[in-house]
Amino acid sequence: MQLTQRAKQVDRRPMTFVESLYLWNIAKGMWITFTHLFKKRPTINYPEQTRSFSKVFRGLHVLNRDAEGRENCTACGLCAVACPAEAITMEAAERLPGEENLYREEKYAAKYEINMLRCIFCGLCEEACPKDAIYLSQTFAPANYGRKGFIYKKDELLIPHPVNDPQGYQKAREEKSGKVK
Amino acid sequence: MNITQILVGSLSVITLFSALMVIISRNPVHSVLWLIVTFFSISGHYIVLNAQFLAIVNIIVYAGAIMVLFLFVIMLMNLNRETEPQKNKWLKLAGVLSGGSLLLVIVAALHTGDIKAMAQVKEGDIGLIGTLGKELFSTYVVPFEISSILFLSAMVGAVVIGKKE
Amino acid sequence: MLLNIYIDWAFVLEKFLLVAVIVTLSLVIAMYTTYAERKVAAWLQDRRGPNRAGPFGLLQPLADGGKLFFKEEIIPLASSKFLFILGPSLAMITATLTSAVIPWGTSLHLFGRDISLQIADVNIGILYIFGVVSLGVYGIMIGGWASNNKFSLLAAIRGASQMISYELAMGLALIALLMMTGSLQMSVIVKNQVANGWHIIYQPLGFLIFFVCALAECNRTPFDLAEAENELNFGYHQEYSSMKLGFYLFAEYINMFISSAVMSTLYFGGYDIPFVNEAAWNIDANLLALIGFAVLMAKTFFFLFVFLWIRWTIPRFRYDQLMNLGWKKLIPLALINMVVTAAVILWLKK
Repeated sequence: MQLTQRAKQVDRRPMTFVESLYLWNIAKGMWITFTHLFKKRPTINYPEQTRSFSKVFRGLHVLNRDAEGRENCTACGLCAVACPAEAITMEAAERLPGEENLYREEKYAAKYEINMLRCIFCGLCEEACPKDAIYLSQTFAPANYGRKGFIYKKDELLIPHPVNDPQGYQKAREEKSGKVK
Repeated sequence: MNITQILVGSLSVITLFSALMVIISRNPVHSVLWLIVTFFSISGHYIVLNAQFLAIVNIIVYAGAIMVLFLFVIMLMNLNRETEPQKNKWLKLAGVLSGGSLLLVIVAALHTGDIKAMAQVKEGDIGLIGTLGKELFSTYVVPFEISSILFLSAMVGAVVIGKKE
Repeated sequence: MLLNIYIDWAFVLEKFLLVAVIVTLSLVIAMYTTYAERKVAAWLQDRRGPNRAGPFGLLQPLADGGKLFFKEEIIPLASSKFLFILGPSLAMITATLTSAVIPWGTSLHLFGRDISLQIADVNIGILYIFGVVSLGVYGIMIGGWASNNKFSLLAAIRGASQMISYELAMGLALIALLMMTGSLQMSVIVKNQVANGWHIIYQPLGFLIFFVCALAECNRTPFDLAEAENELNFGYHQEYSSMKLGFYLFAEYINMFISSAVMSTLYFGGYDIPFVNEAAWNIDANLLALIGFAVLMAKTFFFLFVFLWIRWTIPRFRYDQLMNLGWKKLIPLALINMVVTAAVILWLKK
């Protein structure tokens, strides 16, 4: 049964003397490689140049703060429930008096870990979050020597403080909106 | 004493030394390598005698091709001290005797022989390619052709033996 | 007894300088051929090639050489040490020896002397090249055997039989050329081409055979059976490390450079500038010699590029294909070429 029109009968006749000198075939091959000399090279010089991601690229997670620098997360656990890879763990704690400038609501995540080796970067945590506390940025996890290094703690996930480090905060916001490549 | 004499002298020393080493070395591969050195120094002699063609052909044919085949065979046979056969004492004695008498005969022949033609250092042109070619194809054309037929038949014979299986 | 030796010291100095310059030149060119190899490979495969060490990666060969020098030197316990060291040395020596008879240009006039740009204009020039090439086998054979490794030995035997087989076809192709020039002297061969046009016009088949054999003699792809990675690990230099390995690899590139130069000299007019009659120009002879040298270099670099181009295009032959090509195709073709050339020369002379 013929599936396509491209099937080609293999020619099994023994080669003639001229064919067995391979001259014509060699010339054909040489011509093909020669044309490749003038083709555009798809390679880029990586650390200096990077490829742009699409706007909906889902990279590393960022824990969000509000404009005053208070953490949005209330440790409700919806992201952990939504996570299909079970990469997120957290421990909740109650906000004590005097910590109002640190956490936006009465409950907060004392510990928040994402295992980047398990994470599949599906973005369901971002969708599950009712507080806009977690979103996926445009960067990806750098290489590391051990497995422990891939378990990201709160200090690695949190966005820079908008008051103490306005530049870093601004940069992170821009990356989120996809303005920076 | 001029440069040519120094050259000939040192070349002869090298030739004799390496020829001795061919016999003395216990490792057959070393023997072959010493033999190559011998061929090179003989080629040096040819150059001193202004026979450059002979010199280079000696290197191409003997050092470049035949000794490679020798090396081939010896490398594949993997000769070493364990596989060396135990030689009979009497056999050694016989070897020394026959070799010694051969030396005696050669010395005697050279001693009484009248050597008229001295080596033509730097002036003889018989070893140059043009002269040699003309000689081969005029004076010695019959022996030349006969030897080429000999080679041809040897080649055909080799092919026939190779084809049998 | 007094040593009564007359030596023309200026002559000795001149030749010594020439040898030094040419050997250095071939080493530098071989060095940069390794760089060109990687660059050309990259270009043919739509990549960029080395571009980190220095501008455009130009310092890459130095980095490679430095790396090889500082690598740990390992000599296998079961190897025979002297031969193990002799192998790469021989490969290097035979590679550099060949350049002695190539006429790199006409002569320079400096300090009232006529300095020929050829180290030795011996009257057996081609045979000399041939002899040295046939010795190139020893580097591979001795190295492969001394390593005491079965893969190395197999590779050495392959390399040796390949070289001996292809030398025959090479010699037969050359004989046709020699019948045209009537001399084995390299300078005469070049002058003949300056007067009568390049030999490639008269001997296209001979050139093709010579070129294929040169590929085989240099152990280049598609004839790199001696270092077939996927069959023999690394072939004859498997046990080698550090600069000894470097010597083997380097010798290959020097061989490539020299055989490119030989091909341009024998078939492409050597230092002859194409399409013009430079004798009619009214310029300084020294300048003309330098231009001729540059032209020869340009031709050589073209052939070097072809070597690289072929390497990154054609896959390796199987061993029986290699032997078939050598014995059943190239040698009969070379014989036919020789007979036809002889017949034409006789017919023209009549």
